[in-house]
This record gives sequence, structure tokens and C-alpha cells, in this order.
Amino acid sequence: MRPFEYVSPNTRTQAISLLGASWGNAEILAGGTDLLTLMKDDVVAPKRLINIKGIHDLHGVSSNAQGFHIGALTTLGDLADDATVRRNYPALAEALPEAASPQIRNLATLGGNLCQRPRCWYFRNGFGLLPKNETGKELAAGGENRYHAILGNEGPAKFVSPSTLVPILIAYGAKIRLEGPKGKREFPLEKFFVIPKNEGEREHDLRPNEIVTEVVIPPASDVRAAHYEIRQKEVFDWPLAVAGVALRMRGSNVKSARIVMGYVAPVPWPSPEAEQALMGQPINKDTAQRAAEAALTNAKPLSHNAYKVQLARVALRRAILKAASGGVS
Amino acid sequence: MREDDENQKDPNDSPEGPGVSRREFLKISGISVAVPLVAGPRVIKAAGQEVRVYGPGKVPMEFTINGKNYKANLEPRITLLDALRDQFELTGAKRVCDRAECGACTVLLDNKPVYACAMLAIEAQHKAITTVESLMRDGKLHPIQQAFVDNDASQCGFCTPGFVVACKALLDKYPHPTPEDIRRGLSGNLCRCGTYAGIRKAIAQVAQKGA
Ligand SMILES: Cc1cc2nc3c(=O)[nH]c(=O)nc-3n(C[C@H](O)[C@H](O)[C@H](O)COP(=O)(O)OP(=O)(O)OC[C@H]3O[C@@H](n4cnc5c(N)ncnc54)[C@H](O)[C@@H]3O)c2cc1C
Ligand code: FES
Ligand code: FES
Repeated sequence: MRPFEYVSPNTRTQAISLLGASWGNAEILAGGTDLLTLMKDDVVAPKRLINIKGIHDLHGVSSNAQGFHIGALTTLGDLADDATVRRNYPALAEALPEAASPQIRNLATLGGNLCQRPRCWYFRNGFGLLPKNETGKELAAGGENRYHAILGNEGPAKFVSPSTLVPILIAYGAKIRLEGPKGKREFPLEKFFVIPKNEGEREHDLRPNEIVTEVVIPPASDVRAAHYEIRQKEVFDWPLAVAGVALRMRGSNVKSARIVMGYVAPVPWPSPEAEQALMGQPINKDTAQRAAEAALTNAKPLSHNAYKVQLARVALRRAILKAASGGVS
Repeated sequence: MREDDENQKDPNDSPEGPGVSRREFLKISGISVAVPLVAGPRVIKAAGQEVRVYGPGKVPMEFTINGKNYKANLEPRITLLDALRDQFELTGAKRVCDRAECGACTVLLDNKPVYACAMLAIEAQHKAITTVESLMRDGKLHPIQQAFVDNDASQCGFCTPGFVVACKALLDKYPHPTPEDIRRGLSGNLCRCGTYAGIRKAIAQVAQKGA
């Protein structure tokens, strides 16, 4: 790890003013479970590290009429043990203890989980987010891409968005709040993730001097939701396919659906096609299968990852069936 | 050893170096702070308020490890794991992956298991750090350590300290863990030799007797 200077502000405005107006010089340190690894591998080499854990009002959870507020510094471990999450957002409660390991969850924060960088091995080995060789040839498209994107991969970005919590958070309708020198911003969580087109662009709608302050999940008492993920190893590994589903029913038919896939594209991938396929339908094996087919119709696998199309389909079908049966598989 | 270790080494601190290494010298002379180039924090203004900036050189730090106070001058980039092992000779926590991916460096931070390699030492100040070294009391193994012996839960032993600490944390949280609690609670530790069955038996032994 390269040397850096370390500062630990205790207010948001201090933290914001310590960040620079361009990427590269300063980085925010939350749990450090991703950032320190990137720094050890010299993928990121900030001159200044801003530890934001001393900012008290970014910690912890609260509820009001808008929904459930999760401070950016709340650890995944505390969230997994939280009674409100278990009671009101059971599909999120199920996703949490599958993410990473207990030791990581005790350090890792929700804000860091949303901002964690892709696990693409080209990126992690210093070839950039949109890896190219000296002649400008794209490396991932015809290279080692068995864990890469099958959707949204038309441009140079072939990595997959790494959080396993984000698909179900988006399905629940979560919003993200940011704060920077120009004030606060709030928007639906799916808008936070963007597909970079040029090297140097980030995969988040986050300015270099902004911090993620909070995630808000609206009330979900009338929602039937489920999270489903497929991993090569059961624990302590990154998944191959993730699906988050939230259904609102009228009688036994779907009134509205929110369907989001993870680990298939450079961003979390909502599927309006699958949502449309379920509209007004009862949930059974056939309708779930049809929705899953619809979600993957436009998939364009790379040279070594066609198997992921079927995995994504299966994850989605199972998540839909699980949601309809009240979240139990 | 990984190449990047070279970045962290102080050339004067090489145990292979000629004469008495600095660490040996400090031990002999009983001086705890004798390193040049230690600078106090620089104070700068941020949003109209004063904040302290530490490093990139060595800064004085203080830790509470196994109930005792420790002091050292360290650069902010030093991880808790490297501080424990290289500064305080607490080598129970092992440096295996150094990437938050194996569990060999597991320690307790305010009684919760964390990877010491995934945390900077500077952030671990003012927290209660517990390492595997503290589990033995009055020459007697901790019940979970004894259970590892009784159930042959160790082969090469390199993962064992991390597993022992993770098992202790698991049993503190779930004194009578279900198989699911055990699966999840120990999912952050890997054993290359495959001692998992023995470790599960060790947990069962302690859960029955009570720790
Ligand atoms: C072995 C292993 C397995 C894993 N498995 C999973 C898994 O199954 N599912 C999953 O979802 N994740 C998984 N992860 C990733 C893990 O969840 C993330 O590393 C963690 O959530 C990052 O949070 P942190 O607080 O440690 O972030 P840090 O490492 O501190 O920061 C990560 C990035 O986010 C930025 N950042 C952090 N907080 C903020 C903020 N408030 N505002 C703006 N920027 C910020 C930092 O500058 C940095 O760029 C795994 C990690 C490991 C090592
Ligand atoms: S050495 Fe820390 S987890 Fe492997
Ligand atoms: S006993 Fe050898 S790695 Fe676990």
C-alpha cells in the first residue's frame, strides 16, 4: 500500500470539503473491506484517506412515514440483526447474512456496499474498468469472461455490478440520498448505477466530493418480496446470478411487480419485460417461467458465459415463485 | 511473501540486517519511542473548523489489546494485522491472504469478529482488541481451544487461531448454535487442510458443556 495522509472529520460538511473536485486524490474510507484491498493491489492510490466513521449522524436506522431510513455507515451485520428489517423487509433480511462473511459484515457499511467497485479481474489487476491492451483491443469481450455481463454489455463495460443487496433494495423501491458542496440529492437507487463509456468514468452517479448519506426504503406491508441468488460456493464467494422481486397483488393476480436482476450487467438490471409479463396474472410455474424468459430475451452472452443466461433465468423464476408463496422457498 | 510487502518494510528493520535490528535494540534498551521522523498531526481548516491530518509518515498511536495498553509510531497505512504481528509480537493472528478472504487474521474488535487485515491500525485505536493470545488463562486452554485438541480439529494449524477466535465469537453470540448458525457463523474462515468436521465437533462439545 502506498503512503497516504489520514483524516477523520466528524461532520458531513468537513468531510465534503476535505474531498477534492476530481477523482484520484482523496478517497472515502468507510468499513474499508473493499477500499483497502484496492489500495493494496495499487488499483486505487489516494493521497488522502477520509475516514467518515466519526460522523455520528450517518450511523444507525430510524423509521417514519416515508419509510425506513438506513444511515450510510450502518454495518451489514447490524442491519442483519435489526428487528425492523426482519419484520418489514424479510427479503432484505434474507439477503444480508448471505453477503460476504460475518467478519466482513461487522466492518462493511451499507454505503460502502453500494459504492464498492466491481470484482472484474481485469479491473482488480490494473487493466482498468474498461480493459484494453496496448493496441486498444478490448480484453474482456473475447478473453476470460465467464463471470462477466450477459446484458447491457454492448459498450466497452463488461463487468457486473457487485452488490447482492442492491437488487432487492431496488425491488423494494429504495431511494438513495447524497450530499455534496452544492447540497443534497435524492433519487431512486437504480439511477445511482451507470454504465461507464470511457475509461476514468465511474460506475456510480457520485461526484468526487459527494458522500452517500442514507438509503430510504418505503413501507412495504402490502408487498410480497423475495431474494434469490445462485453461487458456485454456498458462502464466502460472489454469486453468478441474483434476483430481487417485489409483488403487489390484487386477489390472486399481480397488480404490480418490481423485478431486478444482479450479476448480469454492469448495473443492477431491472426488467420491465418480466414485470409486464406478470401484470394481471396469477403466479404459478408457467407465468414465472414466462416472465423469466422475457427478462433474458435480449441477453447477449460473451465467449465464455452463455451458461449464465440459464442461471439468471432460474434465479428469477425461483425468486418470483418464492415471493408469491410469501417469501419461503 | 507478496511483492507489496516490500513497500511496508523499513530497511532498518530487517531481521537479516547486520548487527542488532532496531526491534531488538528497542527491546534491549527498553525505549519504546526512539524512531525519528515521527510527526504530530497537522491541523488544517475544513468547513471553517480545524481538523487533524495524520501521516503519511509515522504518527504516535495507542491501542488496548487483550486489556493491556500498547504504544507505537506507525504510518497510517499499516493494517491492524501488521501492527499486531510486527510491532507487538502478537503473531497468533496469521497473515494469509491479506485481502479479507480467508479468516486467518480474525480478531475481536469490541467483542465482534473482524479481519485484522481489513482494517487500518489507526482506526483500531480506542477500541477493545482481543487476540487469540488472550484466550488461555492461568496456563489452561480456553474450552474452545481444548475442544479443538480433543476433536483433532487442526492439521497444519495455520487457519486454527483464526478459527478459534471465530468459534469463540460464534459461541458468545449463540451458546447453543443450530447447524445453520454454525454454517453461517464460520463461513468467514477457510481451512486448506479440511478440518471442518473436527471444528464442528469442537463446537458441539463446548455447546453441550457450556463455555
Ligand atoms: C470475501 C468477500 C466476499 C464478499 N461477498 C459479498 C457478497 O456476497 N455480497 C455483497 O454485496 N458484497 C460482498 N462483498 C463486498 C462487501 O460487501 C463490500 O466490500 C462492503 O460492503 C464495502 O463496504 P465498506 O464499508 O467496507 O466500504 P469501503 O471499503 O470503505 O469503501 C468501498 C468504496 O465505497 C466508497 N464509499 C464508502 N462509503 C461511502 C459513502 N458513504 N459515500 C461515498 N462513497 C463511499 C469508498 O470510497 C470506496 O471506494 C464481499 C467482500 C469480500 C472481501
Ligand atoms: S489474512 Fe485477513 S482474511 Fe486472510
Ligand atoms: S489446519 Fe491447515 S489450513 Fe486449516
